[in-house]
Amino acid sequence: MFRLEPRASASLGWQIATPVLAVLATMLVGGILFAAMGFDPLAAIRTIFWDPLFGPASGYSRPQLLVKAGPLILIACGLALGFRAGIWNIGAEGQYIIGAICGAAVALAAYPLDAFWIFPAMILAGAAGGWAWGMIPALLRNWFGASEILVSLMLVYVAQKIAAWMAFGPMKNPEGFNFPGSRNLQQYEAAANPELIAGSGLHWGVVAAGVALALTWFVMSRHILGFQIRTAGAAPRAARFAGVRPERLVALCLGVSGALAGLAGLFEVAGPAGQITESFGSGYGFTAIIVAFLGRLHPLGILLAGLLMALTYIGGELAQMMLNLPAATVQVFQGMLLFFLLGFDILTRYRIRRRA
Amino acid sequence: MTDVFQAEGLGKTYPGVRANDAVSFAVGPGEIHALLGENGAGKSTLVKMIYGLVRPDDGAMTLLGAPHAPADPRAARAAGVAMVFQHFSLFDALTVAENVALGMENPPPRTDLARRIAEVSQAYGLPLNPARRIASLSAGERQRVEIIRCLLQDPRLLIMDEPTSVLTPQEAEILFATLRQLAAQGTAILYISHKLDEIRTHCDRATILRHGKVVGTVDPRAHSARELAAMMVGAEMRVVDRSGRVPGAEILAVSGLSAAGLRGVSLTLRAGEILGIGGVAGNGQEALLAALSGEEPTAPGTVVMDGTDLSAMGPEARRRLGLLAAPEDRLGHAAVPEFSLAENTLLTAGARQGLVRHGLVDHGAARRFAEAVIRAFDVRTPGPGTAAGALSGGNLQKFVIGREVLGKPRVLVVNQPTWGVDAGAAAQVRQALLDLAGNEAGVIVISQDLDELLELSDRFCALNEGRLSAPRPTEGLSLEEIGLMLGGAHGMEVAHVPA
Amino acid sequence: MMTVLILLMGAATPILFAALGELVVERAGVLNLGVEGMMIGGALAGFAAAHATGSPAVGFAVAALAGAALSMLFAVMTQYLLSNQVATGLALVLFGLGLTAMFGKPYEGVKAPAMMAGPLGLNGMIWLGLALVPAVWWGLTRTRPGLILRAVGENHDAAHALGYPVRRVRILAIAFGGAMAGMGGAYVSIATVLQWTEGMTAGAGWIALAIVVFAQWNPWGVLAGAWLFGGVTVLQLRLQAAGVAVPVQLLSMAPYLATILVLVLISARQKFGRSGGGSAPGSLGRSFHALR
Repeated sequence: MFRLEPRASASLGWQIATPVLAVLATMLVGGILFAAMGFDPLAAIRTIFWDPLFGPASGYSRPQLLVKAGPLILIACGLALGFRAGIWNIGAEGQYIIGAICGAAVALAAYPLDAFWIFPAMILAGAAGGWAWGMIPALLRNWFGASEILVSLMLVYVAQKIAAWMAFGPMKNPEGFNFPGSRNLQQYEAAANPELIAGSGLHWGVVAAGVALALTWFVMSRHILGFQIRTAGAAPRAARFAGVRPERLVALCLGVSGALAGLAGLFEVAGPAGQITESFGSGYGFTAIIVAFLGRLHPLGILLAGLLMALTYIGGELAQMMLNLPAATVQVFQGMLLFFLLGFDILTRYRIRRRA
Repeated sequence: MTDVFQAEGLGKTYPGVRANDAVSFAVGPGEIHALLGENGAGKSTLVKMIYGLVRPDDGAMTLLGAPHAPADPRAARAAGVAMVFQHFSLFDALTVAENVALGMENPPPRTDLARRIAEVSQAYGLPLNPARRIASLSAGERQRVEIIRCLLQDPRLLIMDEPTSVLTPQEAEILFATLRQLAAQGTAILYISHKLDEIRTHCDRATILRHGKVVGTVDPRAHSARELAAMMVGAEMRVVDRSGRVPGAEILAVSGLSAAGLRGVSLTLRAGEILGIGGVAGNGQEALLAALSGEEPTAPGTVVMDGTDLSAMGPEARRRLGLLAAPEDRLGHAAVPEFSLAENTLLTAGARQGLVRHGLVDHGAARRFAEAVIRAFDVRTPGPGTAAGALSGGNLQKFVIGREVLGKPRVLVVNQPTWGVDAGAAAQVRQALLDLAGNEAGVIVISQDLDELLELSDRFCALNEGRLSAPRPTEGLSLEEIGLMLGGAHGMEVAHVPA
Repeated sequence: MMTVLILLMGAATPILFAALGELVVERAGVLNLGVEGMMIGGALAGFAAAHATGSPAVGFAVAALAGAALSMLFAVMTQYLLSNQVATGLALVLFGLGLTAMFGKPYEGVKAPAMMAGPLGLNGMIWLGLALVPAVWWGLTRTRPGLILRAVGENHDAAHALGYPVRRVRILAIAFGGAMAGMGGAYVSIATVLQWTEGMTAGAGWIALAIVVFAQWNPWGVLAGAWLFGGVTVLQLRLQAAGVAVPVQLLSMAPYLATILVLVLISARQKFGRSGGGSAPGSLGRSFHALR
């Protein structure tokens, strides 16, 4: 038998090694799963993890990497702040949707005006919308002690209903032959979030993700706020003793992560997605939770994890096309990855010794 | 007379520490046998082995002549061992009867159990209402629940783990009356403590542990407290130097302070003075520290330092003005166990030591300050990069106190400054507090340890159910007077020992 | 009137099952946020089994097994590998949703076998749910296993010190919670919607979690909460059917908004201390690891 022996502080080596182990374990178990379903496991793994980057169709899929990673990283940066402080915003998906709706509302109200301020105004509206949606659980927790986990999650469903309502009602494209869905913002130049360098997948949302990564790194490692966030997560009473006001942190973390998720939604609706539809929320808000954990809540890790998750999205689509793999494969992979990561995590906090 | 319990060469190793090494001793029927030792001497590990919570690596135990190797506490209870824990064994949200039932193997139906609880509590003069929730009971009453839980099983060996640390002197007297009554019926009692005086008055024999080894088994009545202490610590106790202090002007005034757990607390503190606040844990000590440190802001005018009203200020603002504090709980309150010592300086010394400027953390300065604390207070650690949780209790406490003392406080408030700390570190901490007062700072020491308060403080007062008694000069106070200040016996009936 | 009652009971039953199960889990000191994942797992497994055998009863039994099996993932992670309960619960939800989306494809568009109506026009599962409320209450408060379970949830260190197997008690509670969530999910697919669609539990698991808080960890409170939720759902559907001049999408927010409202009210009551009811178990959500 084995026994566990707590470490005084988390092992840095294992903190880096466990995400890698988790990815390998996911590939292994995923391969077994594919084999059981009658697919060639090696081909499937290669199609998901290798072909998007180096395969024959990589010219199309490589730019998609940044397109998918951008929103994931942007959202995960905000979530990481809160998770470090023990504040669980799991409603980023809702904040993402509301940010997109608010940003799109500015564009649709201005249509067909052509003015330089429209896109900046959309950015502000998107961030503000996400921030406001994130502040609802924050204030309900601060005022009444309501669980931010449950409230932020309930608000995802509410946001999805609002998106559906928008797509069928107020935002429906008057020239859209009565199909649900708003005007396509990609075709409205003043409001569009285009690819900045052709063939790269780089758009303003990716730039914003880069800025968010840098800011997150600065706050977490250099600023006293980052120290306070980490203290609140590790020892709430010590944080109070140090002069941290928990209510302020709750509002800050949920507000900032909401705003970043809102921004991600805005850049998505003005760019790759183009329009508000009933199913605008495509799960980025939930996948970003995995990105934040897989990246160890550290900016550099989030960057790598975001790119990896983006890869599984693209690879999953590719595998669906080439091998007829079910579309939900990616979801299963992502869920499995989080499980393995949390499981292996024991190695960072404990030593495993053989019982004498 | 055959022994009830015998230990032969017991040993237990934890990662990096030999907690018990070749421990042998025996307890006879009707004997109150003390297990004496410093914090960390291995007393807890030893009793956990007897109670089946920990398995010994080597050695053997005998209970009533039969081999004793319990797989778990239930097996130990079935064999006739009962234990009263220092903490961790009652369930706040459950009733007295439910708590008692959880400590028994085959509890009778609810109504019968309530009746038996009433009977036993009558017989031993320990009144208890079986339907009350634990959360509503005082510390003394909680201990009664534990004791009655044990008595209902007619134990042959009763283990008491530091039972008087939560009791007033009067409550402790009642406890000893109960123990003597039990001993008279032939129960063997293993009594764990580090309080020398009570062991000398009440115990028949004492086994002394140091660094996991038995130093000797003696008749405690035949030795002075000083001799016992020397055996326990392995060296002469250091005597603190309290000379050279002159109380100056009044610097801190607390008046009419009421908060969660505090009722109309008022006190004054002068420069160069140490004010001792005694009391059994759970009577408002933590609330008082939180109100003074600024964790819990209070009504206007309740906390005034040098004429400035601090009541509405948070901890950081108070620290800038020179009011520093060190809470009781080292791991998780005064320090973050996962963080390095350098990072832990940022908790309280950010502004006073210039470790944080314009919101930016100067990690180099934090490291240097941590090194300064380590040097000045002889903290045994590989360096400032070590996690706080990896330090021993005594070393971490020295670090926590040192961090505040080097901040040159105008007023320092400490809660249980030497709780769970070895004697050497405790003496260093006490000396640091005395030196601080010698440099014209005001110091408030909140502690359960009466000896410590008598040694350090110029004036003494007591917290009891959130109320603070009027302070009295420490010089010439008797233990009885202190006991009464602490709240007497909390209105407990004195045990009437039947003949 | 009777039909409204039947509708209300039907809408309340999935939540009632899942919330009763989670109540037992939380009373043992474990916070399993994965209810939604176990429900959706039960919904698919139960539907598939009912479809294959033609027997709804077999469907519910299989759903209970599937829910318990999924919960064992959570149990191994949190009880042996000591992973964070919040994160692990979330992982269970994501995993359950993905897994069912993957394996559910063949069942889309298939009809469920009919369930028999029982006394008063209410089916057996509704009656079982109602019977489980007093059963859980009795089990928790009047039996020794229930007392031990509450002790483990209240203070796991003390329970361990008295020799109770904290981990084993918790794993059993988690399995019970999983089975209950599985049956609750299967009720949605077999008895309410009568077919399988991806993500069909639509947040019912999260609502069940909120109901446990609302109930202040008391089975009777869970019943009240489930009925309240059922009432809001039925009301909302009735308004939709009556053609009220409010968009359908906004009406269908009602259960989620009601859940938030209820959560806020009960949290406020606890925070401002006017409640005589129970509070969260003392060790809720904390990992337990004993050095031996």
